Amino acid sequence: MSRVRIQEIDFDVGAELAALQGTRTDIGAVASFVGCVRGHTRADDVSALALEHYPGMTERAIEAMIAQAETRFGVLAAVVIHRVGRLLPGERIVLVAVAASHRRDAFQACEFLMDYLKTHAPFWKKETTPQGERWVDARVADDAALARWGLASANAGTPSSGAVADAGLAADAAADAP
Amino acid sequence: MRLTLKYFASLREALGPGQVLEWTPAGDPTAAALRAWLCAQSDAHAQALAPARAVRVAIDQTLASESAPLRDGAEVAFFPPVTGG
Repeated sequence: MSRVRIQEIDFDVGAELAALQGTRTDIGAVASFVGCVRGHTRADDVSALALEHYPGMTERAIEAMIAQAETRFGVLAAVVIHRVGRLLPGERIVLVAVAASHRRDAFQACEFLMDYLKTHAPFWKKETTPQGERWVDARVADDAALARWGLASANAGTPSSGAVADAGLAADAAADAP
Repeated sequence: MRLTLKYFASLREALGPGQVLEWTPAGDPTAAALRAWLCAQSDAHAQALAPARAVRVAIDQTLASESAPLRDGAEVAFFPPVTGG
């Protein structure tokens, strides 16, 4: 089973964590993050979410993120599952799980992968609200979260602000967008 | 040069999923030059890809700078800032 999966169907968190550990005895820590659909954002109720992605690029991008996590932290195993298609409030969207020898590497690699995914994996969310459908805006706070790891991101920035999309996964520079 | 052009999310809604394109660049074949050329093709393109709008570029399925050069046969995708997770 691939460690990066893009799918419409739900996933079983317990089964995925058990599979990640398998029968290995060198794993001392498994950290996981599960993202869910909020039924309320900003001022509006959200009745559904539609998730679109860029087939092929998505898998490549997340694979490269896991490879980066492996060079930075003591990652023994990892899995990323992201759902696409129509999702309802309360449903799971994403699972990131990391196994390591010790908790610090597991916690950090898990957070690193989520921060990276939020700003560099080609997914787009569209919300259905009482006012109609609208594409979700990218958040500058997500770029700031990635910057904590020393990685530049201008995903939410606009060209007029002087920010330019960085070379992404190859870039390891702490460049600042003015 | 021949390029495979792709659009996603709001750009796909405005311009369609993209197509194979024969493009003869006037100067250096960069993603920025392609975007500027596309803007001249229709009002819909001019609006969706306007310089003031936040548009990201991927070349051969890797996020790229707009100044990155394009090679013959490249897959070039334009899309809004990503919002997964």
